[in-house]
Amino acid sequence: MAGKTLYDKIWDAHLVHEDTDGTSLIYIDRHLVHEVTSPQAFEGLRMAGRPVRKPGNTIAVPDHNVPTWEDRAKGIEDEQSRVQVEALDANARDFGIHYYPVSDIRQGIVHIIGPEQGWTLPGMTVVCGDSHTATHGAFGALAHGIGTSEVEHVLATQTLIQSKSRNMKVEVTGQLPHGVTAKDIVLSIIARTGTAGGTGYVIEYCGEAIRALSMEGRMTICNMAIEGGARAGLIAPDQTTFDYVQGRPHAPKGAQWQAALDWWRTLASDDDAHWDKVVTLKGEEIEPTVTWGTSPEDALPISATVPDPDSFQGGKRDAARRALDYMALTPGTRLADIEIDTVFLGSCTNGRIEDLRAAAAVLKGKRIKDGLRAMVVPGSGLVRAQAEEEGLADIFRDAGFEWRMAGCSMCLGMNPDQLAPGERCAATSNRNFEGRQGRGGRTHLMSPAMAAAAAVTGRLTDVREFTSPAPEPA
Amino acid sequence: MEKFTTLTGIAAPLPLINVDTDMIIPKQFLKTIKRTGLGVNLFDEMRYDDNGDEIPDFVLNKPAYRDAQILIAGENFGCGSSREHAPWAIADFGIRCVVAPSYADIFFNNCFKNGILPVVLPQEQVDRLMDDASKGANARMTVDLERQEITTPSGDTIPFEVDPFRKHCLLNGLDDIGLTLEKASAIESFEAQSAQSRPWV
Repeated sequence: MAGKTLYDKIWDAHLVHEDTDGTSLIYIDRHLVHEVTSPQAFEGLRMAGRPVRKPGNTIAVPDHNVPTWEDRAKGIEDEQSRVQVEALDANARDFGIHYYPVSDIRQGIVHIIGPEQGWTLPGMTVVCGDSHTATHGAFGALAHGIGTSEVEHVLATQTLIQSKSRNMKVEVTGQLPHGVTAKDIVLSIIARTGTAGGTGYVIEYCGEAIRALSMEGRMTICNMAIEGGARAGLIAPDQTTFDYVQGRPHAPKGAQWQAALDWWRTLASDDDAHWDKVVTLKGEEIEPTVTWGTSPEDALPISATVPDPDSFQGGKRDAARRALDYMALTPGTRLADIEIDTVFLGSCTNGRIEDLRAAAAVLKGKRIKDGLRAMVVPGSGLVRAQAEEEGLADIFRDAGFEWRMAGCSMCLGMNPDQLAPGERCAATSNRNFEGRQGRGGRTHLMSPAMAAAAAVTGRLTDVREFTSPAPEPA
Repeated sequence: MEKFTTLTGIAAPLPLINVDTDMIIPKQFLKTIKRTGLGVNLFDEMRYDDNGDEIPDFVLNKPAYRDAQILIAGENFGCGSSREHAPWAIADFGIRCVVAPSYADIFFNNCFKNGILPVVLPQEQVDRLMDDASKGANARMTVDLERQEITTPSGDTIPFEVDPFRKHCLLNGLDDIGLTLEKASAIESFEAQSAQSRPWV
């Protein structure tokens, strides 16, 4: 009999019940909740008179709608956003779940504070009504997004009805060249596999280049598993993981830490495990990467040119034509000649301390191009505080960046941070869909160091042109 | 949940691949705390111009398709965010069935929770239905979930696959939570065993 993958092992450890047709009931260890996808679920509980089954394992935070300006304590102007955040306040209180309100320094993007507070641990099942829940897979946790009906289901039963996905391995071998980061890896993977390449699979990322990443980098990779179509991305836990987790507020302590560690060390795919699909990339060949279109798969090395739609087959040809029209780009244009007017540094993809360090290293002693609007939005209040302590905030401010409070911000434009029609943004977020950052806004995805370089020159820029390289991961 | 048994209605063609949930229902409409009322904003940015006026060329604005109940679309339909507002908007518009070569996983799941049937068919058959749908109001199709087949305007039938459990839930309009709570004792014994084996959780 073939061995098991990491996904198989976590699945088996959480199987409550399996029907003959394979439909399974899976136990959920951690349920993260935010203001946008939860109000209808809590309303459903109230109407049915059902409690939250495990309030102690349910963690809520407002992040999507909240303004990121400094005096936001005064309240949210937008009526609908305010009602949603107030609904979360009330639901957290009424159902007795853990809550980090806007006024709490620990507030931040749900996928940043889960790991930061030690809620996310190896071998767990983690869900949230948000597709970027895949982020938590960086810890070797089975983590994925769910819809609001499923949010209600997990609140009421602490389980989910699931069919098992297939196993996909994405291996990134060798070492990354200078100037290449986790974001460049994951954009390159999606460019290779397509946005539907992972549909129906759980992806395990492995190989020397993945192993060498910090936890922050691993979270960037798993965050975008969903952009490749996979429900979840996983990276097997190792000493890097354990060192990150140890001592966090909700991580196990004492004898429990040791017991946990003993189990976590078994959480790796067996050598003879069966893979339904395998993709291999050579780390040495990955370049700093940017997107040109309106799908995350529209990614190319910064040294490339805007492709000709006729170079694609089938439906992709029309999609590329539509994308270039929306993005106002002409085939053959050098990507490095595309001028931008906005820079957004933040999001659950790249809003952690290491991301801020990488961008600050490029920006130190420099100014953003005149007329450019640039903002940096730390992923949590604690990331913000740490960046201030390390002097990064001063580097950003001196360079001309706006230094913001924590939240999802311009990643999805549900709050006041949005692109105006026609504005073109160098963004460290995860989606370049039409209208994502604001109606008519144009998004180019890239790493924090690349976004910082673009801020200085006012155009998409190869960060390797800068004499001061991005620092090695801490 | 509303049952889905058979549906006879007009099919609207949307020949685009990778239709994402931001297209289906843009973020400004996610601020509601209700499930209903989103149909008017379905495909908002493709359907209305900057002044809020209808864009006549968009399929659901054309007279023939204003009452469409079936949507025929390209591969990887519903990719992107997990927002259930996407199927809520589709259902609120009156569409109860989508036909495409493939779907994004979370969207596919969300459909079944809201009485919408997402049918998967090979590209060639979707192309054929897309042609039929392009014929306008005469292009009425019938989707029969019990028999698992679509009857085209010309009377041909196309069979489709569907997960038996999901089919059962849709046919009977069953609520997942009620079904799961019937297994409460299995959940309790899992929790008791987990308290021993993984006390740190």
